Parts: sequence; structure tokens; C-alpha cells
Amino acid sequence: MSLPAVNTRFLFFTGKGGVGKTSLSCATGLLLAEGGRRVLIVSTDPASNLDEVLGVGLNQAPTAVPGAEGLFALNIDPEAAARAYRERMVGPYRGILPAAAIQSMEEQFSGACTVEIAAFDEFSKLLGDPEATRGFDHVIFDTAPTGHTLRLLTLPTAWDEFISSSTGGASCLGPLAGLEKQKSLYAATVARLSDADETTIILVARPEVSALREAERTRGELAELGIRNQVLAINGLFSAPQSADPVAAAMSRRAAEALVGMPAALAGLPASRIPFLPRGTVGLESLRLMAHPERAEPATLDGMPETRLPPGLAGLVDEMACAGHGVIMTMGKGGVGKTSVAAAIAVALARRGGRVVLSTTDPAAHLATTLDGSVDGLKVTRIDPRQEVADYTAEVLAKAGTQLDAGGLAMLEEDLRSPCTEEIAVFRAFARTVDEGRDGFVVLDTAPTGHTILLLDAAEAYHREVMRTQGDMPDSVRQLLPRLRDKAYTHVLIVTLPEATPVHEAERLQGDLARAGIEPHAWVINQALLASGTTDPLLCQRGASELPFIRKVADELAPRCALIPWLAEAPVGVTGLAQMVV
Amino acid sequence: MKKLEVFDPAMCCSTGVCGVDVDPVLAQFAADLKWLEEHGVTVSRHNLGQEPQAFAANPAIVKEMEAGMDRLPVLTLDGHIISTGLYPSRQQLAQKLGVALRTEEKPHIRIGTACCDPKSGCC
Repeated sequence: MSLPAVNTRFLFFTGKGGVGKTSLSCATGLLLAEGGRRVLIVSTDPASNLDEVLGVGLNQAPTAVPGAEGLFALNIDPEAAARAYRERMVGPYRGILPAAAIQSMEEQFSGACTVEIAAFDEFSKLLGDPEATRGFDHVIFDTAPTGHTLRLLTLPTAWDEFISSSTGGASCLGPLAGLEKQKSLYAATVARLSDADETTIILVARPEVSALREAERTRGELAELGIRNQVLAINGLFSAPQSADPVAAAMSRRAAEALVGMPAALAGLPASRIPFLPRGTVGLESLRLMAHPERAEPATLDGMPETRLPPGLAGLVDEMACAGHGVIMTMGKGGVGKTSVAAAIAVALARRGGRVVLSTTDPAAHLATTLDGSVDGLKVTRIDPRQEVADYTAEVLAKAGTQLDAGGLAMLEEDLRSPCTEEIAVFRAFARTVDEGRDGFVVLDTAPTGHTILLLDAAEAYHREVMRTQGDMPDSVRQLLPRLRDKAYTHVLIVTLPEATPVHEAERLQGDLARAGIEPHAWVINQALLASGTTDPLLCQRGASELPFIRKVADELAPRCALIPWLAEAPVGVTGLAQMVV
Repeated sequence: MKKLEVFDPAMCCSTGVCGVDVDPVLAQFAADLKWLEEHGVTVSRHNLGQEPQAFAANPAIVKEMEAGMDRLPVLTLDGHIISTGLYPSRQQLAQKLGVALRTEEKPHIRIGTACCDPKSGCC
């Protein structure tokens, strides 16, 4: 049995973006359903592709999956949940309150916090309320990318604390009116998460150093929250140690080394290993193969199909280097290699004589380790939410606090502990970083898609706000959105892998950006096995399956396109990264 | 017992930290209300974003909003409007409500303009 053993009613799959949480939760759910159980799969990821993997349109109510008796799924779309919540709050007052009042209420309910809160509310209903999931033997959560998941999981404790310490009516949890009433529901959510008889947390990781390190971080953080009922699932393990093919040998070696070097505490967890599957995991048939990999037909290809491949990154870098300054943002789903691509571009620009700041907003930042060498003219910085909150709090207290008496100061300090503060603080740091692109290059490896969009949404709301007020707003914030929209100032690069889900996600991202008035400069297809030069049959089969996606990106979706092959030498450090820009 | 009601514009918090720009007046006002309560005034505060029913149930407040959203915040004392469009200082509150203000209690705050902005986009 390659899938994790299931002994509890609730299952959580968590891990870095792109490690296969959705596929694994679906494969596990399908196996349980085919064993006669009634199973509900839930996605809370704003960029969920659950419907694509299961081949059925989903909404916020359980939907039966055709072809799999007993299997149901639902999607908590935070945006939709927020819209429904907003309508619930505002709807009854249409025609009763003046139109301007309705409009101001609606605006109050359209920001990032409402989305976050509404999604959590839905999540809590499922986990904290026994009625909501009655009738299902198992409830499987395919959770959002790690940083976001953790936020969701730590929220109940943080809020619990916040609610209990909140005094006076100054609570900043405003948009969720009557939050106090939800308290017992949230408490039940926390209790259920940490109960080993009821819940199992499955840490999903690829056999790669960065994914395993991420899993270890998650393990530690969850353990700290009292959630110790964890198991590990290694997904996509490729093993061909004797292969004469250099790519196959390198892939096999890298996986083996990563597993050997796994942190001890992680290695101590019960583990399951899911082998490398050459055909992807979309559709019930492919999901069944995850449970029974021995049933896969042996690969017979001995070469890659012929196709005209997009050029490498060097051309794009040369073109961007000409301007001498500006912002370059790599965007895409977690796990597609945004960080590596951003770092490779930053190194290449610095080598062409540019002054470059490489900055990350990714909560799971490993830029420092990815770039373990140094290049003249290159500075690496990180937007660390914790630090930004501390700085912002200090700034606010310094500015406003001097004018307050003790009572007022206490009120202000209390409100600064609210979850909103982080959004605001990170947003300001982001604007500040983009501002640095006036004088040199700023390469930003942005956060995962959903969060990035929230940031941009916030940018839009700020933009409207800034146009209206005369306040002493930092100029960087005032300039942010116009700069992101200015194609001469900002180059957005969409990074994707040549696979079904990442390409669809990237396509959706391009659509979201278009709505925000931002047009990508180019697409970068990363880790193409098709271009790796391998002749290993299994890898060729996977490579061949990349072809339609490479064509779709290059011929239909991308205004410009560059392709980076799967590299036998890991793209780490200055020399490793240099291979990416050819 | 005197009853003071505050009808705030839609905002996510009563100190305004969520906005693009923190307004110390809001934090001070929240503290001043607390102070009034300590002096025997019953205070209730309604936020348009959270408690629209309190606004809808009060024709005088609806009328103010029809005249313009900048009439908010509205303060009423025992049902009568005593202030619109701004947050009064502690001195002004003390005067309107007939509460004695001791010297050491006088906060040195400037009287501000607007409140936490409903369009701050944080919530």
C-alpha cells in the first residue's frame, strides 16, 4: 500500500504548493469510497483545482463525484464565501437605508480580511459543527499551500486569545459581526484538530530537500500547537539508481539524498511512499493508479517527440537589462519554481552589471539558501511578516501614541494586535520594495497565487482610497498600482510547469491579473523534462505528456515564452542558477 | 441615567488602525467613551458595517445619512442629536453631558477631522 493508512475520521493533507496534496487527498478518498465508505473531500485553497482532478464541477455544498460511489467533494472558495457573507450582511438593508449607506457597507466588506474570515468561518462550520458532516465516514481536507494553511490552523488559537483579551468595544474583528457567538464553534475546531483519535495530519512532500525542509517546519509548528497526530507521505518518488541516463540517475540520486538527509524528527513519523507516475493525476483512472502503482502499464518510449521548443531565459534577461531599472515579479502557483527563476534572473542581471535587489514575500522563503553564493551588485532581502508587523506597530505608536492618554493608548495597542495589522504591514513593505525599482532592478518572488491576488485586491482598494485622501500616505503606496500596471516599469513573469494543473492555474492567474489591469510580460515554463535530454523510458513518457502543455503556453497563452529544461544539477547557488539562464 | 449613542460610519475597528493612515482621534474617542461610562453615562456604539439594524431603526439617523454620509458619526443624547460629522473631544463631551472634568483628566489631544475610513480596504 503506497497511500497513507487511514485510522481517523478527519484527514488533513498539508505541504508546500505543488507537492500533490490535491491528488493524494483525492486518491485516498477514492480508495476509501471504493472500500464502501462515504467520503467528503473539502478544498479550502483559494486556487483549488479539486474539480479538475475529480472531473466534476463543485460548489460549497457536497457534490457526488460521478463514477465513484460514495465519494463527495466541495470547494470552499473564499472569494465566494466572502461574497455570500457580504450579501447576508448587506442585503436586508437595501431599500431601507440610503443607497450611499449601502455602498459604504459593501465597501467595508470587500477587503482581504473579509475573505479570510469568511473562508475560516466556512471551514469552522465543517470541522466544528458535527451536523455539517454527519453522514460521512471520512472528511478529507485538501488544504491550502503551507503558509496559508498554517495561518488558517493557527487562527483559532490566535483568535481565541484575541477574543478573550478583547475589552471595551474596540475589537478590530469587525467584519465578522457577532464573532463572540462563534467562539464555541472555533473552540470545537481547535479541539478536533488536535485530537489524535479523530484527526490525522498528512504532511505531503516531494523527495526534495526544500519540500522536506518545509514539511519539517510544518511538523514543528503543528506540534507546537498541540497537533502531534502526524504522518508523512513522500509523493512522486523516482528510483533508477543504476540508470546510465544522466537525467534519470541525477533525479534518482537527488531523491535518495534528500530522503537520507531528512530531518530526524520528520524521519521518525510513520511514512508512506508514492512512486513517480508518468501520466499525471487528473481523472479517476489516474487517481486509482496512485493507490495501485503496480497496475500502471510499463513505459515503452525511448525518445522524446519532436517539437519546436521556446528559447531559454537569456533573451528575456538581455531585453530587461537594457532598461537599467524596474521591477520583475515572478508569479505562479507554489512549487513551480518562482523563487529559483527570480533568483536566476537576479543573478543574471547583476552579472550584466545591474544593481539588483532580490526580495521575497513568500512566507516559506528559502532565497538565502537558494543563493548561497554572492555576486557583485546583488542584495537579497525578505519581507518578513513578523518583522513588518513589529515595525508598523512601532511606527503607529510613535506617530499616534504621543497624542494619546493612557486609556487611548491601550485601545490603540489592542487594535494593533488584530489580524488586519499583518495584511497592512506586509502590503506597505511590498509597496516599499516595488518603489526601489526606480533606481535599480528589483526582482520579487511573490507569494502563492491566492495571496498575491489578495494583495493586488488590497492594492486596488488602497488605490481608490489613496486617490481620495489627503493624508500623509507613503508615496510608495500611492504609486504602487500605477507602477504595477506600467509595462515599462514592471515586468510580470508567469512561471509554470508543463503539466495540466499548473498551466490551468497560470491561465487563471493571467485572467485575474488582466482584471487588475496588469498584463504579463512573458511566461516561463520551468523544469521541462522534454528538453532535459533524457532517454529513460519512464521520464520520456512524462516528457511526452508535457508536449501539449508546452504548445498551449507557447502558442496560445503567452505573449512571450521562455523554457528552462529539467536540470541534472540542482539550480542552487550562483553556478547552479546560471544554468537556468541560457 | 444619561444615555449616549454613537452612530459610526462603516469601519472595521473603532481605533482606525486598519486604515491606510491611523487616526489617533479614534483611539482617544474610544478611551473618552470609556471615561464617560466611568462617570455614570450609558454608552452604546453602533458601527454601520456591523449593526445596520440600529441605523435602520432610527428615522432621525436615516435622515442624516440621506443628507450625506459625511454626517456620520452622529451622537445622540437620550435620543436627541447632539453632534454630527465629527468625534467631539473629551472637553466637548464633558460639556454637552454635564460631566465635570478634572484638570488632570484633560487629555492634550488635537481635535481631529475624519474617522477610520470606510474605504480603508482592510476588512
